Amino acid sequence: MSDRAPADAAPLWSALRRFASWDAVIIAATALFLVVAASTVEHFGTARNAGHIIVDLAPVLLLALVMTLIVATGEIDLSVASTVGLTGAAMGWMWNHGIALETIMPLTVLLGALLGAVNGLFITGFGLPSLAVTIGTLALYRGLAYVVLGDTAVADWPRDFTGWTLGTIGDTGVPNIVVPLIALALVVGLVLHCTPIGRAVYAAGANPVAAAYSGIAVGRLKCWLYVASGAMAGLVGVFWTLRYSSARADNAYGLELTVVAVVLLGGVSIFGGKGRLPGVLAAVVLLTALQNALRLAHVSTETLTVVTGALLIAAVLAPNLLTAAGDALRSRRRRAAASL
Amino acid sequence: MTIPAPTRTPTGSTVLDLVLRFRALGLLLALAVLVGATASVNARFLSGQSVRDLLFAAAVTVLLACGMTTVVLTRGIDLSVGSTLGLAAYLTADAMSGGVPVPLAVLIGLLVGLACGAANGAIVHFGKVPPLVATLGTLYVFRGIVYFTAGGSRVNASDLPGGFLDFGNGTLLGVPYLFLIAAAVLAVVALFLRDYRSGRDLYALGSNPEAAALAGIPAGRRLMTAYALSGTLAGLGGVLYAARFGTVDASAGYGMELDIVAAVVVGGVAIFGGSGTVLGAALGALLLTVIDNALPVLSIPPFWQQAIVGALILAAIALDRLVALRAARALRKKGSHVG
Amino acid sequence: MSRKRLLSITASLLAGVLIAASACGGTTRGDDEGDGPTGTGGTANPDAEYRTGLSFAMLPKQVNNPYFEASSTGAETVAAELGGEYEFTGPSDASASSQVSYIDTLSQQATDVILLSANDPNALCSSLDQARSGGSVVVTFDSDVDPACRDLFVSQVDSAEVGLALLEMTAEQIDGTGEIAVLSATANATNQNAWIDVMRAELESNPSYADMELVEVVYGDDEDEKSFSETQGLLQAHPDLRAIVSPTTVGIAAAARYLSGSEYQGQVALTGLGTPNQMREFVKDGTVTEFALWDPTALGELAAYTGAAAASGIITGAEGEVFTAGDLGEYTVGADGVVTLGPPTRFNAENIDDFDF
Repeated sequence: MSDRAPADAAPLWSALRRFASWDAVIIAATALFLVVAASTVEHFGTARNAGHIIVDLAPVLLLALVMTLIVATGEIDLSVASTVGLTGAAMGWMWNHGIALETIMPLTVLLGALLGAVNGLFITGFGLPSLAVTIGTLALYRGLAYVVLGDTAVADWPRDFTGWTLGTIGDTGVPNIVVPLIALALVVGLVLHCTPIGRAVYAAGANPVAAAYSGIAVGRLKCWLYVASGAMAGLVGVFWTLRYSSARADNAYGLELTVVAVVLLGGVSIFGGKGRLPGVLAAVVLLTALQNALRLAHVSTETLTVVTGALLIAAVLAPNLLTAAGDALRSRRRRAAASL
Repeated sequence: MTIPAPTRTPTGSTVLDLVLRFRALGLLLALAVLVGATASVNARFLSGQSVRDLLFAAAVTVLLACGMTTVVLTRGIDLSVGSTLGLAAYLTADAMSGGVPVPLAVLIGLLVGLACGAANGAIVHFGKVPPLVATLGTLYVFRGIVYFTAGGSRVNASDLPGGFLDFGNGTLLGVPYLFLIAAAVLAVVALFLRDYRSGRDLYALGSNPEAAALAGIPAGRRLMTAYALSGTLAGLGGVLYAARFGTVDASAGYGMELDIVAAVVVGGVAIFGGSGTVLGAALGALLLTVIDNALPVLSIPPFWQQAIVGALILAAIALDRLVALRAARALRKKGSHVG
Repeated sequence: MSRKRLLSITASLLAGVLIAASACGGTTRGDDEGDGPTGTGGTANPDAEYRTGLSFAMLPKQVNNPYFEASSTGAETVAAELGGEYEFTGPSDASASSQVSYIDTLSQQATDVILLSANDPNALCSSLDQARSGGSVVVTFDSDVDPACRDLFVSQVDSAEVGLALLEMTAEQIDGTGEIAVLSATANATNQNAWIDVMRAELESNPSYADMELVEVVYGDDEDEKSFSETQGLLQAHPDLRAIVSPTTVGIAAAARYLSGSEYQGQVALTGLGTPNQMREFVKDGTVTEFALWDPTALGELAAYTGAAAASGIITGAEGEVFTAGDLGEYTVGADGVVTLGPPTRFNAENIDDFDF
């Protein structure tokens, strides 16, 4: 398994592997796709369609920001979509009880943080596997959302607020939502790639024992990440409710799988320790734009389902196969060289 | 999936046995309390019809929980079982409504399940794709294939042979045939995991993959076995689903994977692999089914159902952790006295 | 230590927010009265011809549902008759958010007539507004949205009429006495909730139903298996139950299948809304005496004609306008732009073999 291959043995493979990190591949693929789709799919390249894509991808992108960090530490949070549902339901309940929307919104985010803290407590406090814990809270939070709102939908949200979520900045045609999206993505990106916190995240994911010995409080770090994930889900709960002017217990049902899918597609290793935010952002754009293009091209829903699944597997399979092929090629050359 | 708990210490088999037995006893106790409480509110909960209904509902869940257990033991997970079940159920029912003889149609269902499971196993083992990712992907892919083949059509009970439906709803001495099948499968898988070398290997693979490799355990073949078994049982589940419900459309088994994972976790199978029994998983499946059936009888609003299941999962894993810590501490203390 | 810090941060944040909001006032419920329904504008020309070459798109609650496939067949026939294009598209899960994406796509493609069965009365409004301002005619059918957000609604039947018909069939089958329960679709379903409300009100107020009591409403989520087990739960929870009313095609079929294989067959009456093809065997084996439904194919046809009429300027959606929907005959637009297909058809052992859908 030594990487010390003769210099001329497989320059192509090693160069490719060094140069083409997965997030570079996914960014290139996304750019290529956008160009091809804009020139071949009718109505795809319009400003209005771009606006639709951006508003559609906002919830997934926001949730994927923190999910990237969590997966990079080697954990997972499957409860995000249920947290969106529960915080949205709580928002509707508060609105029904005459609380001002300006109070409701921060309270909703706070509730999300609290729900995230419950995950964090179970996972880092009790040392339980995050997969099992968040499958539990996935069911629990969604169930509580139904307990809070039952079969009713709260829909009488003020137009000033619901209008904002779909509105554009002045006459530019750029959706309002772009500003918070870029701001939050920048913050998370900087934290992950330019601060000690980010290095701690990768260290905790790559080797938790070594990270602990080098003075990183792995438990506390993970706990705060779950709080952040919950708070972000609360924020998405607010956005979702206002964007659809409808607080319902089934808001964002099943979205957790999409979020996990884009994070993995973006090149974050499910084992932790690897992955970069730009790749994830590109994956969010790719998946949303792909779905949009397929709809515009009159391709059936079934295809969307299959494509999502296949992309997910391919994202992990392709680099593995590439590596395996490279190794095979190199060892064959080495054998050939030895037999000479 | 995730990193193994670093604090897990190998416990002596006697302590481990105790914990596992305690676990099964705890589940039985919970079941008894729940059934007792429900029956005291409404005695009809224990009537023949009601128990039959319960066993009907539990049959498919128990079956899938057996398959899921073998996969989870190897540190894997199979999220595609719901989609596999849907695919097998639809293809079986469609074949029968098209005049294919029943035994052949059932075989089709089993083979579809086997193929799905083998695909999962191959992606996990040969593709080196983490099980969570691989089966999340095939969850979408298999479901997409069901949508493709079924489209908007639905196989109605009137299209299926009467004998097949009679079998699906028939009982032997009050016990549904479907449940008897599930129980037989449970016994076989339990025996396989307990007494057969390849079964024990699954535990070894889950506890310590490196050590298992050094001990010469063929990881690839064992993993393929586990996933193929899970797929085949999901296929069989699909056949039973078709027999019981008669109506099969593209959404059969949608979202079922979480129920099955929940049953396995509640049943005490460690999500990091290496420990747990199919009997525990089956008891977990039974407990969840009883809860589902008891809530309406207790007149608890249906909205609470999911919240209770979630709380139960959390309680189960927290309890397991507590018991494991206790056991480890007791073992250490004993060790220090002797030493 | 960190937990204490977390707590203090949380508390101060909370206090700050509350003070700020109470000091400055805020937006509370009722501050913003929604604007009332807006007409389509323009004037109708009842003598105009149907325009040819219109593009139609039907967006059902979800694809892969036989009920909507039948509606689609009807709409497609009309589209072909009028020389138009036709597309049947939609999400595979019945959620409002995925429908929004499809509406955006259709408005992007400048589809002339959108035929929609909505998953949520409010969530689709902003997208529908966009589509309409882009020139599309939005006709809802089967399940409506807020009247302000669409041009017309083609109702299968009047919701009061369905509720009353369901209650009437139930009363006939149990001689007007005893406990009844409802097995509904999802808890949020607009139609079913409207019908159940009508039933509740009628049970309260109509003296001839004084001896009937609605003991529970359960939700089968339009999933076969869930409906099946909810039925068995109902029968256990209410030993004196006389009848189950299931106003959804998935629910009634599941309930019938459960009853026909149980000791309750013939003891507990079952009625509701179902398709003849799914219910035929249960009517024949005596599990079900009578149930009702409208013809979904005719519903799809009427929706397509209504959309075409609006797109051709024959109607605008104002009350009292009249148009001819091909073989279906003449229809009049009611209040709030509602066009009603007609009374539901009742199916029983005598007539069920005359229908095939």
